[in-house]
Amino acid sequence: MGAIVLRGGAPYGLDPHDIVIDDGVITAMMPSNQAGSNALDGEGVELELDASGCTVIPGLVDLHTHLREPGREDAETIATGSQAAAMGGFTCVHAMANTSPVADTAGVVEQVWRRGVEAGIVDVRPVGAVTVGLKGEQLAELGAMAASAASVRVFSDDGLCVHDPLLMRRALEYVKTFDGVVAQHAQDPRLTEAAQMNEGALSARLGLAGWPAVAEEAIIARDVLLAEHVGSRLHVCHVSTAGSVEVIRWAKARGIPVTAEVTPHHLLLTEELVESFDPIYKVNPPLRRAKDVHALREAVVEGTIDIIATDHAPHPREDKDCEWAAAAMGMVGLETALGITVEVFIESGLLTWRDIADRMSTIPARIGQVPDQGMPIAPGSAANITVWDPSAQGPLEVDALVGKSGNSPYLGQRMPGTIRHVLFRGRPTVVDGALA
Amino acid sequence: MQMLGKHLLSAGDLDRAQALMILDTTAELATVTERSVKKLPTLRGRTVVNLFFEDSTRTRLSFELAAKRLSADVITFSAKGSSVSKGESLKDTALTLEAMGADAVIVRHGASGAPYRLATAGWIDGSVINAGDGTHEHPTQALLDAYTLRSHICGGQGDLQGVHVVIVGDVLHSRVARSNVLLLHTLGAEVTLVAPPTLIPLGVESWPCSVSYHLDDALMQADAVMMLRVQAERMAGSYFPSTLEYSRLYGLDAPRLELLKDRAIVMHPGPMNRGLEISADVADSSRAVIVEQVANGVNVRMACLYLLLGGAGSQAGGD
Amino acid sequence: MVFLSSARVVLDQADISRAVRRISHEIVENSRGSDDLIILGIPTRGVPLARRIAETVAQIEGHPVPCGAIDVTLYRDDLPLREVRALEPTDIPAQGIDGCTVVLVDDVLYSGRTIRAALDAVHDLGRPAIVRLAVMIDRGHRELPIRPDFIGKNLPTAKDETVRVRFVEVDGVDDVMIDSESVGDADAG
Ligand SMILES: [Zn+2]
Repeated sequence: MGAIVLRGGAPYGLDPHDIVIDDGVITAMMPSNQAGSNALDGEGVELELDASGCTVIPGLVDLHTHLREPGREDAETIATGSQAAAMGGFTCVHAMANTSPVADTAGVVEQVWRRGVEAGIVDVRPVGAVTVGLKGEQLAELGAMAASAASVRVFSDDGLCVHDPLLMRRALEYVKTFDGVVAQHAQDPRLTEAAQMNEGALSARLGLAGWPAVAEEAIIARDVLLAEHVGSRLHVCHVSTAGSVEVIRWAKARGIPVTAEVTPHHLLLTEELVESFDPIYKVNPPLRRAKDVHALREAVVEGTIDIIATDHAPHPREDKDCEWAAAAMGMVGLETALGITVEVFIESGLLTWRDIADRMSTIPARIGQVPDQGMPIAPGSAANITVWDPSAQGPLEVDALVGKSGNSPYLGQRMPGTIRHVLFRGRPTVVDGALA
Repeated sequence: MQMLGKHLLSAGDLDRAQALMILDTTAELATVTERSVKKLPTLRGRTVVNLFFEDSTRTRLSFELAAKRLSADVITFSAKGSSVSKGESLKDTALTLEAMGADAVIVRHGASGAPYRLATAGWIDGSVINAGDGTHEHPTQALLDAYTLRSHICGGQGDLQGVHVVIVGDVLHSRVARSNVLLLHTLGAEVTLVAPPTLIPLGVESWPCSVSYHLDDALMQADAVMMLRVQAERMAGSYFPSTLEYSRLYGLDAPRLELLKDRAIVMHPGPMNRGLEISADVADSSRAVIVEQVANGVNVRMACLYLLLGGAGSQAGGD
Repeated sequence: MVFLSSARVVLDQADISRAVRRISHEIVENSRGSDDLIILGIPTRGVPLARRIAETVAQIEGHPVPCGAIDVTLYRDDLPLREVRALEPTDIPAQGIDGCTVVLVDDVLYSGRTIRAALDAVHDLGRPAIVRLAVMIDRGHRELPIRPDFIGKNLPTAKDETVRVRFVEVDGVDDVMIDSESVGDADAG
């Protein structure tokens, strides 16, 4: 394949540049419409992509994606999830372990990894289960998963909490061997039995069993202390409360090696949506109060929360087309993650595009230790590139969701732009807003 | 004039005028119930479906009788056993009912909010009446309680201004309590909830009522005391240490009855746990209006059915 | 209710009280020998009219005549065609209506559907010996085989005209007006 020229896009939203990509790597960059840019014309250029008016950032890296395969291919497959990821501007996703069978052996994680390679449009990095069958009783073969072809570095029982403090301690210690990280789904199971929504005045009125903030905060507090005690790094999944932010802020101030993520929906939506009893808003952890949303935004701005991760959780229609208590928890989020982030942080001026690139690409790649991902838009970097078009605003159409499931809470709502192009290791995966 | 909305989902949806309209209509219908011919032709040709996902013979019979007295065609669909099973059945059932041309669906479901789904998911066109959903609401129970209170304490007229109602028991899991707090407040009554803190929902401060942990203190103010059913299984959830302790602290027995004002009444939505939240002698005492509540239930439900279905509103959606 | 200038008064207060007296005398004459007369007004304006008639009959006869109200809303055949209506009080004298002569009273007789509903309502209340009908205005346009026994005034009307009876007890004034513009649905029955 010859060279690709990405013309007129603004890296990090700054000055427009023409970017030359050859053999999977950014080989040259020069300001657009300047003398010498013509040098890019001519021989060896196989494809030109128009990026004028667009923002160019490193391909996004999601640390928290449910691809459902193996086991729930009716909801999503590795192939369809990869497509959804590409359409959302991602070049790498971390596939959560709560599949069926659970990704708790080298065999399963290698299978997931191989399917990702076959799909070939994003890096699919399997997350290994911390405990066998997510049962919270016995450590899974973390070393074998790390040493497998999938080179697993992130371990999580996500969907469930590693509740047993001793098991959590052992997991934190054990992954030091290969510099892995345990990503904790912080939810005290006893405090959240049958929980349906954030606990507070609204849950009291709606008669839905409450999911108290303390059930998240207490686990995070315990885990950061454990991480400090054993000198391991810890990652906290989908932080959802103001109290959790305070605990993490405290831990970071103490020098504890903790990182944390927040989902786009916890940065935008609040629990009042539950009043409709429409299960499209049922998610775990649940939507919280406006003051939590504000605290989470602030935490992203100041860096207390390191990254934004989707918790993309596809569910087939019938799992949402029912009464609230019977409905599955989760929302799809790959296709909309950048749009929501732009709405919350760019349009408000809270963050720059470089900050967004850090929080959605560079830092998640670092936490997941993914080679060639999260590299800067600069010559020499692997060409994982996302081009955001802020002019393509409009309501989110169901067609824009290319994954298998349509359980997005944003259908019909305004998106502040769309993904125009995506390059994955130098190959276009999305061109002009459509899968290449 | 659109007196009620299309559906009756929450007691909180009723404003004072609408609540009074229902109570006044109930009073007129009560006179029909007293005569020898109790049947009215009002809803001839209308189809009313009783959709019960939870066992509740008394509520089901009450609605059934109410609909039949208004000459509606009544279909009863008991989907018991599937209460908290897979939710798809709710949708499938709804689509079936829609195909049958139901003008109203009276739904009892173990999941909070299930009637909202029926009303808003686009599966059916008819009116939805909430006959009790999970731990959320039971608006017709609150209406019949308000009617009972009004006839005993307010001479059967007007609102409940100044009436003090004490609701005792498992408020946390009680749809009856939720609906009553909302409706009694709308009608001007003062409500005090009494329960151990474990059975009061977190966030209760936002409710229009006061809360006490001490039954004896609250009883002295009461014009009416409403005892909620307490399930012995709650003990397993550590909500209280033992049924004995519960009943000692929060049960209504004969000595406590003495604390009440002279004309205060004792209510219970049924079914009662005699000996747990209410002693047998209290349940059978002259202050207890529990049987009357049942009778009023039929009339209140007739009123609701008439006001929801007795005009063009539910068909034409007219405004 | 706003009355447009095209409205004209067809009966004034004096006309109305003369009509009430005449109807009352006719009722007495017609039901001579029956002690068990009951006058039942159909809400809204049939009720004050019934009360006036009952009082007048009582004066003539020298003893009180039972009088009540019978709301026919729940028996109407046009319920699905209109927005739901509030129920008016039904008040049947304590002795009931079995074996009695019931005189139904309404302000305006039009299609006859209200009276049909009233007959059904009476039927569900008991078994009167005789049922008769008194109205202040018969404006024609019957849709059912129903005929009044006692009439205040025959008032031929066009269908697009509106007849409006007002009584002091309800409206603060006694009169009957006719209006060629539509001013509402006061004479639905
Ligand atoms: Zn999770």
